[in-house]
Amino acid sequence: MMAQGGIPIQVTVNGKSHARTVEPRLLLSDFLRHDLGLTGTHVGCEHGVCGACTILVDGEPVRSCLMFAVQADGRELSTVEGLAPGPEQLHPLQQAFWECHGLQCGFCTPGFLMTLVPFLEQNPHPTEDEIRHALSGNLCRCTGYQHIVDAVLLAAARMRGEAR
Amino acid sequence: MKPAPFEYLAPETLDSALEALARHGGEAKLLAGGQSLIPVMNFRLAQPAVLIDLNRVQGLDYVREDGGGLRIGAMTRQRTLERDPLVAALAPLLAEAVPCIAHPQIRNRGTLGGSLAHADARAELPAVAVALRARLCLRRSGGERWVEARDFFSGLMSTLLEPEEILVEVALPPPMPRSGWAFVEEARRHGDYAQVGVAAGVSLDEAGRCREARLLYLSVGDRPVEAREAARLLEGSVPSAEAIAAAAEKASRDEMDPTGDIHASPAFKRHLARVLTGRALRRAFARAQGEAA
Ligand SMILES: Cc1cc2nc3c(=O)[nH]c(=O)nc-3n(C[C@H](O)[C@H](O)[C@H](O)COP(=O)(O)OP(=O)(O)OC[C@H]3O[C@@H](n4cnc5c(N)ncnc54)[C@H](O)[C@@H]3O)c2cc1C
Ligand code: FES
Ligand code: FES
Repeated sequence: MMAQGGIPIQVTVNGKSHARTVEPRLLLSDFLRHDLGLTGTHVGCEHGVCGACTILVDGEPVRSCLMFAVQADGRELSTVEGLAPGPEQLHPLQQAFWECHGLQCGFCTPGFLMTLVPFLEQNPHPTEDEIRHALSGNLCRCTGYQHIVDAVLLAAARMRGEAR
Repeated sequence: MKPAPFEYLAPETLDSALEALARHGGEAKLLAGGQSLIPVMNFRLAQPAVLIDLNRVQGLDYVREDGGGLRIGAMTRQRTLERDPLVAALAPLLAEAVPCIAHPQIRNRGTLGGSLAHADARAELPAVAVALRARLCLRRSGGERWVEARDFFSGLMSTLLEPEEILVEVALPPPMPRSGWAFVEEARRHGDYAQVGVAAGVSLDEAGRCREARLLYLSVGDRPVEAREAARLLEGSVPSAEAIAAAAEKASRDEMDPTGDIHASPAFKRHLARVLTGRALRRAFARAQGEAA
């Protein structure tokens, strides 16, 4: 239960189990990127404001820059790498982002996706207002947000089976 | 940036957490949700030698009814408070205020106890705790004491907590009879810290007169600010638009001393406080009357 050097942890990321030894001060975001090579999780601010590092821990969105990797021991994590069902296929939200120009540079995109996937699961019929509210914790410097809102509306309709 | 190295302890019982805290005293910091502490560690504004993580401690995460009031464990996540039916029924002010804190991603980790212990004067939960006349249980190795929320906040980001104490529980008394509550705040963007926020509570007597009123403000001082004189203007008479306007005027003019920042001058904060007080009181009275009817 105590250590200054390495602490062994076991985490499941996108369904795959990983065992590593980590320094306590290692942020979960850096663990994913550097130790596991999952660089889809981006790091913008490291103080919880930008949302680029958002991942799911046990199904709920959190800032991976505001957790230590040791705290994830025994937990189930989902990152953007796990969204697409296969190499030739995108998640409906990814597909809609692509079609609606919901991204330009793409730096913020993983955080938006990992915020909005659980949002759409909990709220399959979102209004535009609710969508803007849901993405207020993620910053995008490129799109002006309108195209992201459009993408979420389209993805929601498709996921309900109402649009093609 | 990255945090400086520290020794990490993850006790599984409250007793071992308290022991560790007693042993390391001022060297150690408690880690709750980490949503305020980890940012300052990332910037190396805090470099604790020892971090005692409370997240694996059993029995600090609960919402329980007790004699018509609530007992809430300090490690209860803000997101849990937002979704808990007992909180909605017995502490509607708390249920209304919590969604104003940051974003779901933050509230999924941030805790009730962490927000109170952090004691940011811009935070929602300290003002709500004072408005609800919460009592806080502070535990140390071999003892505990209870303090009133209104005494707990002792100044800018400071509280009565001693270095060897852990805030373990928040007790809320039963709601006042025929009462109505409202939480209203103004932020530049949803989820940002409020420029001004107000928690209002009123209760009525059988004749529909205001028996008791409470007005608590955030972001207008170094701690939650209560406007007692303004509340008194409402007590004893049937609520009216004039009385509400007078209370809003009194509170914003005489009972706060806000400092400005780049987004809001002191005068603008007073203006916001006046307008938000009117809104909150109208809503609180309407709810109290709905319940009384
Ligand atoms: C982007 C962003 C926006 C935010 N916006 C808001 C907002 O609008 N409103 C708001 O109120 N907050 C906001 N917060 C802060 C958030 O609510 C935090 O969760 C809260 O301030 C601290 O709670 P925590 O559980 O995360 O505590 P931690 O960060 O873990 O701890 C905070 C402090 O309290 C001490 N502590 C924690 N628990 C205890 C305990 N049980 N006993 C004794 N000491 C303890 C710690 O040692 C530390 O000093 C925001 C945070 C971020 C990152
Ligand atoms: S990098 Fe985590 S919120 Fe910005
Ligand atoms: S697409 Fe560039 S920051 Fe959002």
